[in-house]
Amino acid sequence: MLSPDEEERYLRQTMIPTIGVKGQLRLKEAKVLVAGLGGLGTPAALYLAAAGVGTLRIVDSDVVQLSNLNRQLLYTTAEIGQSKSSCAQQRIRQLNPHVKIEAIDTQIEQNNVMDLVDECDLIVDALDNYPTRYIMNKAAIATRTPLLHGSLREFDGMTTTLIPGRTPCLRCIFPEPPPPTTTPVLGAIPGIIGCMQALEAIKYLTGVGTLLTGRLLLLDGLELKFRELTVRRDPKCPDCRGVQPNNRGN
Amino acid sequence: MAIIVRIPGPLRQLTEGKAEVEIEAKDVAECLDKLGSRFPTLKERLWDDKGQIHRYINVYVNGDDVRFLQKLATPLKPNDEVSIVPAVAGG
Repeated sequence: MLSPDEEERYLRQTMIPTIGVKGQLRLKEAKVLVAGLGGLGTPAALYLAAAGVGTLRIVDSDVVQLSNLNRQLLYTTAEIGQSKSSCAQQRIRQLNPHVKIEAIDTQIEQNNVMDLVDECDLIVDALDNYPTRYIMNKAAIATRTPLLHGSLREFDGMTTTLIPGRTPCLRCIFPEPPPPTTTPVLGAIPGIIGCMQALEAIKYLTGVGTLLTGRLLLLDGLELKFRELTVRRDPKCPDCRGVQPNNRGN
Repeated sequence: MAIIVRIPGPLRQLTEGKAEVEIEAKDVAECLDKLGSRFPTLKERLWDDKGQIHRYINVYVNGDDVRFLQKLATPLKPNDEVSIVPAVAGG
């Protein structure tokens, strides 16, 4: 059931015939893990909260830094030095008090990742480094949880929807990580890619549209062009070799 | 008619700002070799010490990853598109 407040809050999207109240209730019942609260995770979390996803588990171990604020618009200058996860929790509550927020101030590691993924319907990969992305990739495969990948550098971004057993995993697409480095980035690029991850999450949860599966979408911000590449499962992938879809069809 | 090689934004400072480069080549290996000869600093970025393309850099022909075609021996014909796509970590 939607309360009168929720009915009014979500009216413009329940008016979309393919979503309706039924789709809205699906969003309300869902739990989404937003892994990383930086340039991708902040817009993704805001749009998921605004759309009425019932529970958001938001995870980041960092504090807000001045150099974050060219792109991480959820935070303010006054919050520099404060925990990102608790700042995000407060901001999301202000935006939509109907959303339950599980704010977790921790580094994602092999020894806690399964707890972080537990009971989540899907994962937004909004991380900023490949070693942690690979840890999350393995957890997504182990739990058969869809993983919405987004990454970027400078004016370029990319995104794809990874469904364990059905699509390639992150390791199938990129078997080895790029060298670790501080990534230069123009703020609008994670804004675009993070919103696309939120859109893809809403489509998955409501069952509408066609998912970005088997396709790697590239954003070339300098030329302002989108291109699609075909991505395939690697039968020799050390992370997802032999993995079958679960009985939800994921 | 040439092959069109698409250069990702972060590598364009190594190709004189060009987003696309035209190369005459019969397969991917020749295409990348000629690209590297034309832009030596790009070659340094794409190849490792053993003369292999770094494994975090994918090469696609007409949208398909060459690892699932014939790798660097994947044949090319005029107007084919070769895309260089490095993994990027930023989030």
